[in-house]
Amino acid sequence: MNGRVLIGAAAVALSLLLASSAAAAPHGKGTPKGRLAARGYHLYGEYCLSCHGANASGKESAPANSIGSGPYRTQQRQRGIAPSLQGVGALAANFYLRTGYMPLAHVGLQPRRQPQQLSDGQVRALVAYIASFGGPKIPRPQPWRGNLSQGQALFTEHCAGCHQVVAQGGYVTNVIAEPLRVPGMDARTIAEAVRIGPYIMPTFTYKALSERQLDSVIRYVLWAQKPHSPGGWGIDFLGPVPEGLVTWFIALPLLIGFCLVLGRRLRT
Amino acid sequence: MSRFRNAVVSGLVLLLGRGRPRPEKDPSRIVPALPPNPAAELAVLALLGLSALSALGFVLVYAFADDLPAQNQLLGLTIGGAFIFLAVALIVVGLKLVPTEEIVEPYPPFEHPGEQQVLAEVLEESGSRFSRGGLFKLGLLGAGGALGLALLTPAVSFGPLFQVKQFLSTPWRRGRRLVDETGKPYKASDIEHDNFYLAFPEGTPDQGREQMGASLIVVRLPPSTLRLPPGLRDFPADGGILAYSRICTHAGCAINMFRSPLFQPDEPRPAFVCPCHYSTFDPATGGTVIFGPAGRPLPMLPITVDGKGYLRAKGNFDEPVGPSWWGVRMYRPNP
Repeated sequence: MNGRVLIGAAAVALSLLLASSAAAAPHGKGTPKGRLAARGYHLYGEYCLSCHGANASGKESAPANSIGSGPYRTQQRQRGIAPSLQGVGALAANFYLRTGYMPLAHVGLQPRRQPQQLSDGQVRALVAYIASFGGPKIPRPQPWRGNLSQGQALFTEHCAGCHQVVAQGGYVTNVIAEPLRVPGMDARTIAEAVRIGPYIMPTFTYKALSERQLDSVIRYVLWAQKPHSPGGWGIDFLGPVPEGLVTWFIALPLLIGFCLVLGRRLRT
Repeated sequence: MSRFRNAVVSGLVLLLGRGRPRPEKDPSRIVPALPPNPAAELAVLALLGLSALSALGFVLVYAFADDLPAQNQLLGLTIGGAFIFLAVALIVVGLKLVPTEEIVEPYPPFEHPGEQQVLAEVLEESGSRFSRGGLFKLGLLGAGGALGLALLTPAVSFGPLFQVKQFLSTPWRRGRRLVDETGKPYKASDIEHDNFYLAFPEGTPDQGREQMGASLIVVRLPPSTLRLPPGLRDFPADGGILAYSRICTHAGCAINMFRSPLFQPDEPRPAFVCPCHYSTFDPATGGTVIFGPAGRPLPMLPITVDGKGYLRAKGNFDEPVGPSWWGVRMYRPNP
């Protein structure tokens, strides 16, 4: 009895699966050939399909009222849901899944760094599936080949505007520039982010920033994880001007107050 | 050798042979003579020595211990110790070695008790010749105010109040090429989508970095997204390369943030953001302010592509560069 129900359910599920893949077939190529990519194809259906659409083609022209603004929606005006993933390659898939940016909790939120949400095997399978549409491979940066001082100069010019000079992160109008001084930051993640330009970050192509220059930038960011500190309260390496503010507006009043207390006790 | 021994012995005698109290009664003294306090003296000497050692320690840490992990703390400990030992030494001197005796001397009585009343009366009556007190006060106020104004006038030199001509000239001229911070000229093909580039005028010393009107921020946008006002339609080069002054029109900071949305439905349009007060400018509409305290659009530079593909200026900015001042809209930069 139970077995019959199970078989029936499996048949229904299989037919649904076949029907969905048959429906998707005209738009793309359906189940990819490789075993890993095929597993990724099913995971894609589980985690990504509802936003990124069939065959990773994206949902960019959904009418605004198809989403609306519910109790958990932060974005009121929404013309599209998610971009196409065709051609973004293994690079982007690996970046978004390993940083925990994706799967996103709610459409319209800025993806923020959090623990990786899928297992390593699932990530590999999804990356293989997205890579089957073509696109750049996962980069292999070699930060030890880079030049630290050149990296600092490049970082100051291209990145520090938003990420602060020791990669502390910061704010841009309406969004947060992610801090890069976080546990587990690694060279590959930085290289991927620079090449993608996630969310509102500018995109740096190989022409704008060569591989060697990127190595230097990565070396600087990795150095900035633990910059040289001469001791004391570094106020998070925000720089000499905030340090001066602390001196003038916190340390100096404290000292003056101390002097006043001393003077009062001796006077009586 | 014997001379050296003599020196050592005499030095020791000098140092140690002072402990003997010398009973000395001098009736002419004001401060009563107290017996010496060798223990306190020794303590003071020791404290002064510690202070000197701490100060020398500061010098050593500053000069040689550059790579210590806690250099700042050591510097603070040594210099603070020097001050604290010095202070304690002085306290010991004050409490133990300097005789303290309070001598009270009473104030003399007032000599002319009646004269105070007379003085007050004189003051009261001498104002009776002024029949128009209000006018007099007004005159005083006028003189004082004018004097204050005269003293404040030099402050005008701090900023432009009447002389704004210097802000209307920039190094940009027709035909001047755009170069990067190393002096390498930009080609139109160097400017890619979704990135931003800093540009300077060619042929100015150090890329004209000292001049406010020199630095540019250059982006390429899809031509279909441009909604430039009529006067700026021919300012972009190659369809979508736009060059703006990098100096925010609010407080004159250098713009160094570019919002470049990867997926436009989520984060609508590309924008420049100033790091000081988050003024946000829309490059697609001629640098108009879409957020923040800036009061006027970012000045735009007309550019073109020459025969060899290099970016060149077509003239000067459409508006005065830099932070705004009263009447900024009445001026146009020199052509």
